[in-house]
Amino acid sequence: MGRYLAIRFGRAALTIVLVVTFAFVVLRLSGDPALMILGPEAPPEVLAAFRKAWGLDDPIWFQYLDYFGAIAKGELGRSMRDGRPAIELVLERIPATLALTLPAFFFKVVLGIPAGIYAALHRGSAIDRAVMMTAVAGFTVPSFVLALLLVLVFAVQLGWLPSGGQDSWRHAILPIVTLSLGGAAVLARFTRSAMLEVLGQPYIRTASAKGVPWRKVVTSHALPNAAIPTVTILGFMVGTLIAGAVVVESVFSWPGVGRLLVVAVANRDLAVVQCILLLVAMTMVTSNLVVDFLYGFLDPRLRAKGAHA
Amino acid sequence: MSPPLVEVTEISRSYSMRSGMFGRTAAVHAVDGVSLTIPKGQTLGLVGESGSGKSTTGRIVLGLEPPDSGEVRFDGKSMAAPVTAAWRTQRARMQMIFQDPLGALDRRLPVATQIREPLDIHGLGTPAEREDRVRDLLRAVELTPAHGARYPGALSGGQRQRIVLARALATKPDFLVCDEPVSALDVSIQAQVVNLLCDLQAQLGLTLLFISHDLRVVRQISNVVAVMYLGRIVEIGSADDLFARPEHPYTQALVSASPAPGRRSAGRIVLAGDPPNPAARPQGCAFHPRCPRAIARCAREVPALSTVGGNRQVACHLVTGAETRDAA
Amino acid sequence: MAPLVNIEGLSVAFNGVPVLRGVDLALGKGEALGLVGESGSGKSVTWLAALGLLPRHAKVTGSVRLNGREILGAPAAQLDRVRGGRVAMIFQDPASALNPVLTIRKQLCESLALHRDLQGNAVKAEARRLLDLVGIPDAGRRLEAYPHEFSGGQVQRIMIAMALAGNPDVLIADEPTTALDATIQAQILELLSSIRCEFGMAMVLISHDLGVVAENCDRVAVMYAGRIVEEAPSNQLFADPVHPYAQSLIGALPPLDGPRRRLTAIPGTVPDPAMMPDGCAFAPRCALASDPCGLAAPTLAPIANERAVACIRAEASRRALLGIAAE
Repeated sequence: MGRYLAIRFGRAALTIVLVVTFAFVVLRLSGDPALMILGPEAPPEVLAAFRKAWGLDDPIWFQYLDYFGAIAKGELGRSMRDGRPAIELVLERIPATLALTLPAFFFKVVLGIPAGIYAALHRGSAIDRAVMMTAVAGFTVPSFVLALLLVLVFAVQLGWLPSGGQDSWRHAILPIVTLSLGGAAVLARFTRSAMLEVLGQPYIRTASAKGVPWRKVVTSHALPNAAIPTVTILGFMVGTLIAGAVVVESVFSWPGVGRLLVVAVANRDLAVVQCILLLVAMTMVTSNLVVDFLYGFLDPRLRAKGAHA
Repeated sequence: MSPPLVEVTEISRSYSMRSGMFGRTAAVHAVDGVSLTIPKGQTLGLVGESGSGKSTTGRIVLGLEPPDSGEVRFDGKSMAAPVTAAWRTQRARMQMIFQDPLGALDRRLPVATQIREPLDIHGLGTPAEREDRVRDLLRAVELTPAHGARYPGALSGGQRQRIVLARALATKPDFLVCDEPVSALDVSIQAQVVNLLCDLQAQLGLTLLFISHDLRVVRQISNVVAVMYLGRIVEIGSADDLFARPEHPYTQALVSASPAPGRRSAGRIVLAGDPPNPAARPQGCAFHPRCPRAIARCAREVPALSTVGGNRQVACHLVTGAETRDAA
Repeated sequence: MAPLVNIEGLSVAFNGVPVLRGVDLALGKGEALGLVGESGSGKSVTWLAALGLLPRHAKVTGSVRLNGREILGAPAAQLDRVRGGRVAMIFQDPASALNPVLTIRKQLCESLALHRDLQGNAVKAEARRLLDLVGIPDAGRRLEAYPHEFSGGQVQRIMIAMALAGNPDVLIADEPTTALDATIQAQILELLSSIRCEFGMAMVLISHDLGVVAENCDRVAVMYAGRIVEEAPSNQLFADPVHPYAQSLIGALPPLDGPRRRLTAIPGTVPDPAMMPDGCAFAPRCALASDPCGLAAPTLAPIANERAVACIRAEASRRALLGIAAE
C-alpha cells in the first residue's frame, strides 16, 4: 500500500509542477507586464526600473528557477499592481467564491443524481426524454449565455432579482442557479448512463432471478456499482469549487477568485495568476486523490490490487 | 511420409507477470520445451484448456513472437528475425485465422476490399488480376461477389469467418495457423466451416496447425493431435486412435469429459481442482495434483515425452514406466 | 400426474419482432429436461419470459402455470416468491453473474433471507453449509471474499449454492458450462446431477451442446427459430431423430471415435426474426422441403409415445434416415 500511495502522491506533485510551469511559460510569452501595467506611454527608464524591480530582465530560466525556489519556501510573490502578497489577495476572495460554488455543488448533486437515476429506471418514458433534453440543453448552452438569459428574464423583465453585485443573499441566487443547472445536467447524464450500463449487467438479472424485489435490486445491487463511475465526475466537480465560477462571476460582477483571475490575466499580474493556478491545481489534484481512494473503497477489485502492493 | 514443412524444436517462452497492479512479478512459463513436426499438406491439431499454452505455441510457430529458446524451421530454413525482408517473404507463405472474425475485420470497409488488401500490400498481380483473384477466393469459400460488396456487420458469423479465411488464402500461403476458428460458431455453421477447411486443404495442399479446445473438431480435421497441459505436450498421436485409446491420464479425463450423445454420464472421470494456473506451476509432473493415478515420483520428476508404440508419445511416469518395466 | 410447470402458447416479441412463436412445454416433478438449439432459437428467452425476467419492452403472451397456478403476468410480489423460491435460475457467464461489489456472504444470505425463515446466526451457518455442499473449500473464510477472487468454475458453484438457498422445485440452468474448460464443465455437470438426485429437484438444462444435454437429461426438446420442432426422450432423439433439423444437428457433430465422415452442414443461416419465411421456418435450409412446407407452419404433433415432431415431411425424413428410398 505504501508504494501505491507514494506513486499517487508523486504523480500529484508532478501534475502541480507541470501546471505551474505551463502557466509561467504562457504568461511570459504572451506579453510584457511592464507595458501592461504602466501603459505604452511610460518613459523607457521607468519601464526598465519596473522590470529590474520585479526581476523581469533576468533570463527566463533564471526567473523560472527563482519562482520555484520561492514557492518551495512558501513565498508566492507579490502583486505587481499594488505590491500586496499575492496569496493574501487570493485568500480574501475565496469565501465569496465558495458562497456560490458550495451551494451550487449541493444543488448539482441533489438535482442531477436523482434525475439521472430516475431517467435510467424509466428509460424511454416521457420523463426520461424531458430529463435528457434538459440535460443536453444544460451543457450545450454556455454558462454565460444561460447567465445572460436568467438576467434578462429575472432581473430585467420581471425585476425580481438583482443583475449583479454582492450586497445581499438575493444577489447570489442567479449565479448559483446558473452554476447548478449546468452541473446538474452533466451529472444527470453521467448518472443515467452509468446506471443504464449497470442495469444491463448479468448480475442484475441474477438478483431478479433470486426473487429480490425490484426496488431492492436497484438500491442494493445497481446503485453501489453505478456509484463507481459517478464518483469520477463528482471528484472533478469538487476540484472546480475554487475556480469553477470564472465566467459566472464575471457576468454577475461577483468579487470572487474567478474575477480576480480575469483581472490579473488582463494585467499580466504574474504572481497573482500563478498563485491562483497553483491553488486550482492543488484542489484538482487533491480531489483526484480522494477519488482514487474512494474507488478503492467502492470497488473491491481495485482494493485487492492495492493490497498486493 | 512427405517432408516436414514446419519443424519446431524445444521452444520455450515465459513472461513475467505481476499479480495485481504492483504485486511481485512471477515468471509464467507459457510454453516449455515444445517440439512439433508438421509434414507438408497435413494437419496437426493442438488441444488443451485455457492456460495450456496452445495459442502461444501457435504465435511462436508463426513468428509473431520469438521463443526464449528453441527453434522454428519453416520449409527447411530457420525463421528469420522479425520485420526483415527475409521474414516478410517467409510470413507471406503463412497466415493465421482467429476465433473472433468480427474483431479481425474492419467494420468500415466492404469485405471484398479486405480480401484484396494482402494482394495490394504485397503488390501481387495487376489491379484487374487482383479483382479476379478476389472473385475466385470468394467462390472458394462458397460466397458470391454480392457478399463481397457487403460490410462485416451485414454478414453472419459463419460468413465472416469465411471472409477471414479468404483473406488468409489471398497470398496463396502454404501454411495456415487456425486458433479456435469455429469455437464462436453454432454447430451447423461450425460444420460448414470445418468441411470447407477440409476441402480447401485437399485442393490447395495446405499445411495446417489447428488449435482448439474442442476434441471433436480437432479430430475431424487433424492427422496428428498433440495434447497440451501447462505449456508442455503430454501426449501426441494419430488423430484416429488418440481419443479412442488415450494413454495419458489427462487425455483420458479430457476424452471422458467430452459429452457424447447416446451415452449417459456414468463412469465419467471427473478431475478435482481448478484449471491450472501457469503462474504457479506444480513441481514434477504439472498434472500430478489433479491426477487420479499420481504416485510419489510424479511430484518430483518431470516426465519426458517418450514413444510408447506406433507413433504415440506420452509424457507420464505411469505409462512410460510400464514400458520400461516390460523392457527390463 | 399434473406437470410441475406447464407452458402453453408462450410467445415473445421485442418491438414487434417475434422471437418466440408459440411454445408448449411441460416439465414433470423431478424431471431433467434439455432444451437445445442454436443461438436465436429462443431456448433462453422461453424461461426468461416464463419468469418475467425480460425487459419491459418485450411483449409476452400465452400461459405459464406452476403447480396449476398462472404466473405469467402475476403481481410482482408473487413473482418474487416464485423466483429463487420455487424456480431458481443459473446463467452462462460466471465472470459477471455475481455482483462484483458485494461479498459472497451478502449475496448468499440475501437469497436465504428472502426465501427461508432463518434468523441471525442460522443464516450464516446455512450459507456456510451450502458452500460446503457445492464443494467450495474453506467455506467459512471464503464467505467474506468477493466474486473476482474465485475462478469461473467456483463462481458457477456459488451460483448453484445461491440457487439451492430457496429449496426450489426447479432449477433452470442456462448454458451453465459454456464458458468453462472441459474438465471444469465435467465437474459442474457432475455437481448438478448429484444435487438433483439428492434434492429431487427438476432441472431444465439449456444448451447449444447436444452432447451435454444428451448425457444429463431424460427428455430433450429441440428448438428452431422460436418454436419447438421435436421433443423426445434423449436416448431416442439421438438414436432416431425425426425432424430434418434435429437430424442435421446431430450429423453436424464430429464423432469422437470410429471412422471419420463428412459432417452434415446445414446450408444457409438461421432466418432473421424480422423476416421469418412463411410456413416452416426451417424449409429454406431443409433438404427434404417440398411446396406444402412453405404454406403453413407445422404444429408439434405426437408421433409415438412421448414423442412429438413439427414437420409435415416427418415420415419422409424418417425413411431418408433409415436409407429407404422415399416414395
